[in-house]
Amino acid sequence: MSLDTVKHAADTPDADQPWAELGLKEDEYARIREILGRRPTGAELAMYSVMWSEHCSYKSSKVHLKQFGEKAPENDALLVGIGENAGVVDVGQGYAVTFKVESHNHPSYIEPYQGAATGVGGIVRDILAMGARPVAVMDPLRFGAADHPDTKRVLPGVVAGIGGYGNCLGLPNIGGEVVFDPCYQGNPLVNALCVGVMKHEDIHLAKASGAGNKVILYGARTGGDGIGGVSVLASETFDAAGKPAKRPAVQVGDPFQEKLLIECTLEIFREKLVAGIQDLGGAGLSCATSELASAGSGGMRVELDTVPLRDSSLSPEEILMSESQERMCAIVEPDKVGRFLEICEKWDVIATVIGEVTDGSRLEIFWHGEQIVDVPPRSVAHEGPTYHRPYARPEWQDALQADDPAKLPRPADAAELRAQVLRLAGSPNQASKAWITDQYDRFVQGNTVLAQPEDSGMVRIDEETNLGVAVATDGNGRYAKLDPYTGAQLALAEAYRNVAATGAKPLAVSDCLNFGSPEDPAVMWQFAEATRGLADACQVLGTPVTGGNVSLYNQTGDTAIHPTPVVAVLGVIDDVTRRTPMAFAEEGQLLYLLGDTREELGGSAWSQVVHDHLGGLPPRVDLERERLLAEILISASRDGMIDAAHDLSDGGLVQALVESCLRGGKGARLVVPDALDPFVFLFSESAGRAVVAVPRSEELRFTDMCGARGLPATRIGVVDGDELVVQGQFGIPLDELRTAHETTLPGLVG
Amino acid sequence: MTARVGVVTFPGTLDDRDTQRAVRAAGAEAVPLWHRDKDLHQVDAVVLPGGFSYGDYLRAGAISRFSPVMETVLEQARAGMPVLGICNGFQVLTETHLLPGAMLRNNHLHFLCRDQKLRVENAATAWTADYAPGQEISIPLKNIDGRYVADERTLDMLEAEGRVAFRYATAGPAADGYGNPNGSLRDIAGITNEAGNVVGLMPHPEHAVEPLIGTGRTDGLGFFTSILKKLVGA
Repeated sequence: MSLDTVKHAADTPDADQPWAELGLKEDEYARIREILGRRPTGAELAMYSVMWSEHCSYKSSKVHLKQFGEKAPENDALLVGIGENAGVVDVGQGYAVTFKVESHNHPSYIEPYQGAATGVGGIVRDILAMGARPVAVMDPLRFGAADHPDTKRVLPGVVAGIGGYGNCLGLPNIGGEVVFDPCYQGNPLVNALCVGVMKHEDIHLAKASGAGNKVILYGARTGGDGIGGVSVLASETFDAAGKPAKRPAVQVGDPFQEKLLIECTLEIFREKLVAGIQDLGGAGLSCATSELASAGSGGMRVELDTVPLRDSSLSPEEILMSESQERMCAIVEPDKVGRFLEICEKWDVIATVIGEVTDGSRLEIFWHGEQIVDVPPRSVAHEGPTYHRPYARPEWQDALQADDPAKLPRPADAAELRAQVLRLAGSPNQASKAWITDQYDRFVQGNTVLAQPEDSGMVRIDEETNLGVAVATDGNGRYAKLDPYTGAQLALAEAYRNVAATGAKPLAVSDCLNFGSPEDPAVMWQFAEATRGLADACQVLGTPVTGGNVSLYNQTGDTAIHPTPVVAVLGVIDDVTRRTPMAFAEEGQLLYLLGDTREELGGSAWSQVVHDHLGGLPPRVDLERERLLAEILISASRDGMIDAAHDLSDGGLVQALVESCLRGGKGARLVVPDALDPFVFLFSESAGRAVVAVPRSEELRFTDMCGARGLPATRIGVVDGDELVVQGQFGIPLDELRTAHETTLPGLVG
Repeated sequence: MTARVGVVTFPGTLDDRDTQRAVRAAGAEAVPLWHRDKDLHQVDAVVLPGGFSYGDYLRAGAISRFSPVMETVLEQARAGMPVLGICNGFQVLTETHLLPGAMLRNNHLHFLCRDQKLRVENAATAWTADYAPGQEISIPLKNIDGRYVADERTLDMLEAEGRVAFRYATAGPAADGYGNPNGSLRDIAGITNEAGNVVGLMPHPEHAVEPLIGTGRTDGLGFFTSILKKLVGA
């Protein structure tokens, strides 16, 4: 075995290199040779191959993602935008909040527990790297059919992984989603969100500047886990004999180490000891060193043999590629290194100076004194390939949209309507998710104001002033399949509405765009439409996209998942004591339906549960209406005009009523408005709606406000008794509803 | 003067800041204590908070029990200083043998987080004097290794000496937080030592001290007001 040094590479231009096995295209390999003016060394090839992968370079998606910047609305609250580890938003009183949602889809299918666990770990480090204390997490999850045997393998593992890791970090899990659909069979979506809080002056950025500053790697030792395609390269470099066994491509998490890393890093921030910082996630040291150097003003020199290892037989290429978890990389001025190392020692965190910032322009990496990497860092980190992939509206789209749900048989009588309400309340997507969310700690840190199943999760960030933030995530792949442009907007509208329903003002967006293969023009069209829809809607609602993540290749063979843009909206609430919960808790309060109900059943829960149907058009989007509804909900919350609010989405009005009644343990008596058919009234999924409970003393004030602002508000009933009654139609005792709603999930996966 | 209540942080402790907040909410002074420091800094009582100290590796509480701070806590507890162990802190107390028994994995094998109804069985300990005997309280429970076990003789002794401090209340619907959540023997949620100064329980009183936060109840505040009254005689 010989070391493939820079000199050796220059001397052996014709050596065969496994670029194809590492996932590089021929023209990409040629471009690397052109950038370097020679063939890359093995280490360089490994770095380029991971950094130019779809996952790290966004090469298929970035031509579309740039709209989020180009169309970004004016927003004074945005402190750090797209491009950093996570965006940062000003929430007032000197506080800044950072949040981001990311995917860990493929690892979670292969190894559900570790895949989901390390998904939490990765997003938490992203937030930490911005200078923030992580304060909450949420997990939007999508699985195959609820009764499919593989769902029984994947779901419990994913949930245990999220709980096992997140609970051990002491981060409350305050929301998320769980959706079942056969389209996710073999491609579950495990997205993870984290929110962090800091003071404005504590914002940290990922850049390496100041020649002579030290590069410190700290946290876990580097092992062989998470090395994907690089094992190909390793087998080129090593003799077969004596080579360690293949290690798992899915990383293995150690939440205890991450907890120490969090507390240690926060103490380091408090003493202002770092000039730049980056977490190690996908592509490990390759990513951290090249991104830090690329964003900074100089070059960087790294002595790779100083990296602490779990396995001393690792090759330099493997060390560069390893995705071992719980590691961070900091840039520290020389006179602060001593104190930095002391704090790490206090927390039992291993920290090692592995290099320094240089006044050159190259990223140079050495292995026992011999140079194995000499590259312009930007060419690795920020100047990867860009693809303009062909896209085309699929020919089946017209037929799908023409397949109107209006033709589906509707309940023939009140008894059938009643049966369908119960069936929906107990269907896997609409049923209570408590079996899952009860495996997450939602109380830790002592600041949780609202947690699942509330419309948004809300945490207090200042104990003196009661300033708080709220976050909701939403996405509906069925809507997006019918119309990706509208589907993405509906996802945003729902998350925006959910935040407002709890009384918080929506400020900013993070997104996780889950799609099939970008090499399929139909999928690429879905992606292009969804990003365009989301960017347009963010512009209207004034909520910029601050960052996020793209996950492509979620498909098996030729069958892609439904296009699934998951949108997270962050909001701020000046006084969390004014928050609005979803529970109907006071008998006699009046129920008002806000917004317009049209006959809109395309992609609805009813069409799925009762008819296993997907066709037609998704509900119409009216963003101005969404904004007005949000303003009313926020004003009503602030001024104490409503005691409960719940957004209307999948399952329509009746599903919202079921949830609010069960949450508060109170029934409701409803009257169907004259203009509406009872079935449409209960099951339509028109957007821009919410149901609120208004104390009688506030009724006039509330309806006056809605009238003056032009928001339709229809009195539909009253909180009453222990039954959900639709007058002239049916009544369902709460106990019967509760049994239907709460026994489904334990029965399927418990 | 007010009482000084120490709150220990081990590596992996999670609820230390919450516990400090609860101590302050009761009107006492919260003093952070570090696991490597044997000095208890003149505190009048100590809380071992919840979390996953040392990742719960090997066995919950097994490594923390050997921390320098625990040497002094052990010595002081034997001399009568009030000590409360919550969740992981309770596990540490059983590892030190200040309290008998042990916690095993929940019988359903899952982490469980819920609002739990408890019955106060012994309102005469240093940490429960503000409750009435038989009173039902509701505070969060959140753990995966929460199933209390001990041999029959120990259980009989605990019962005979009135040392079962809390039981999971079972006379009501699960939706309201009733029921034994994990298979703990004799529904035991918490116990005390003979002298009544050392108490351990699995549920989390520190998460139920403010009306708006968490469960929306303040049923846990009594632990901290009890100790304050005992220490300052207020």
